[in-house]
Amino acid sequence: MHDYLHIDRAKMVFDTKKGKFTALTDINLTVKQGEFIALIGHSGCGKSTLLNLVAGLNDPSEGVLLLNNREIKGPGPDRGMVFQNHSLLPWLTCYGNIHLAVERVFGGKESARQLRDRTMNALELVHLTHAADKRPSEISGGMKQRVGIARALAMEPKVLLMDEPFGALDALTRASLQDELMRIVEETKATTLMVTHDVDEAVLLSDRIVMMTNGPAATIGEILDVDLPRPRDRLALAEDAHYHHLRGQVLAFLYQKHHKKAA
Amino acid sequence: MSATTLDEGSLKDIMNAPDTVPLTPAPVARAAATLETAAPPERSAHVLALTESLGRGFSAALPPTLGLILFILAWQLVSSSGGESGLPGPAKTWTSAQALFADPFYDNGPNDKGIGWNILHSLYRVGAGFGLAALVGIPLGFMIGRFTFLSGMVAPIISLLRPVSPLAWLPIGLYVFKETEPASLWVIFISSIWPIILNTAAGVSRVPQDYLNVARVLNLSEWKIFTRILFPSVLPHLMTGIRLSIGVAWLVIVAAEMLTGGTGLGFWVWDEWNNLNVEHILIAIFIVGIVGLMLEQMLVMIANQFNYE
Repeated sequence: MHDYLHIDRAKMVFDTKKGKFTALTDINLTVKQGEFIALIGHSGCGKSTLLNLVAGLNDPSEGVLLLNNREIKGPGPDRGMVFQNHSLLPWLTCYGNIHLAVERVFGGKESARQLRDRTMNALELVHLTHAADKRPSEISGGMKQRVGIARALAMEPKVLLMDEPFGALDALTRASLQDELMRIVEETKATTLMVTHDVDEAVLLSDRIVMMTNGPAATIGEILDVDLPRPRDRLALAEDAHYHHLRGQVLAFLYQKHHKKAA
Repeated sequence: MSATTLDEGSLKDIMNAPDTVPLTPAPVARAAATLETAAPPERSAHVLALTESLGRGFSAALPPTLGLILFILAWQLVSSSGGESGLPGPAKTWTSAQALFADPFYDNGPNDKGIGWNILHSLYRVGAGFGLAALVGIPLGFMIGRFTFLSGMVAPIISLLRPVSPLAWLPIGLYVFKETEPASLWVIFISSIWPIILNTAAGVSRVPQDYLNVARVLNLSEWKIFTRILFPSVLPHLMTGIRLSIGVAWLVIVAAEMLTGGTGLGFWVWDEWNNLNVEHILIAIFIVGIVGLMLEQMLVMIANQFNYE
């Protein structure tokens, strides 16, 4: 595993009506290929901003971001993004939504048949072949998010970026999607950056947890190595002392060192 | 076994049962089902389904029917209180309408055509004027919505011209085109273009940021952004614009035709006023209303096709 994503002294300043607002400062992070990183912190700490920098939706005010030794300039299909609210186009079917992405990435190089196979494979990966011809309004929230994941993965991105992908789902659906995500990441060996504010989710899924200090001018406070063996099983982990120890460390960071009063 | 085999009597019994309240068919159905233990369950289910749907249809149709009856009664009252020179009553107007619609497509020269021709002429003008407005207004609306600079440029012009009464444009049209036909199309065009422009522009500027982010993350080409994201997302707004536009066009055409003459419903109204045929004027009002209603309903039906939520 070699260094893949490299963030060097990134700083993000927004121009707002009230003047300059420093969202992030001095962000240094190196992600290895195939690693699963969770970004955790209180709301307003700039986790999503950091993710948007990697996605290229925002450009850093200072510093540099490298992906596979090339500077990130603007958004591109080499970074698959899963949005919190799924962001599926409501006028396209599940198939159509994924196909749009597949067509963009592989359209020039492959035949229509290959594009169709890719789309169907992506649906297969999230077990939604049966919903291929359904519109987003006809499927549940969890299914929509699975289509969103399939769309991102179908582009065969170098990095999978997820912005609180399960935040809007109920606890049971969230758990089953987490399991499914673990399986998919295991299968595809995708390098993943995931924003979350669910401590259990972070410990269960990630190889490292990047804990961020409170904004403004948020930065990386601590990085926790999650050295739990894979494959991980949520039931077994529920009884696991080391799991609870790791979980406790994240909680300690969030609620002791960087406690934020409710606004 | 079907609902058609039951005799009328049993149906009436159920409907007249003391606990039958048309507004709440479901509890009634359950109550009746428990009472009617002797009847085979399949049969009673059919009977209940029928009464239930009858009850629902009845309660839905009651207010509009009552309203119409009251309206006609009021009309009759107004006309009979006027005596000899009063407005024609509903019955007289109805007889006249029957005669009128017996031969809607006769043609006795330029100023004497059947009612069908007049309706078609008005519809044609609305269609042509509106078509031109759509041709210009939709692309313009897209551009205004997409480019803030352009929006800033045209905003004062639109705000200035939009409140102008449509008929004020007629002399300009007559002067420029020297003929009545293009002048009335011009009036339709200029009065129906604003809702199209404004709604399209509003739709474009309200495309959810999420969808635009998808476009950016996927790095879609401008053409794909337009066909897959912008256009479908704007379509509901566009349909609203079209609906309002056609509504305005239909309002305006009658007035414009009164002034330009020749053919069309508006001309016909004015012609019948000169003939002092008041029944025909009343009929014309109903026709304008009904055709307008049908246009509106048609467009609502089309618009519903593009509702994705």
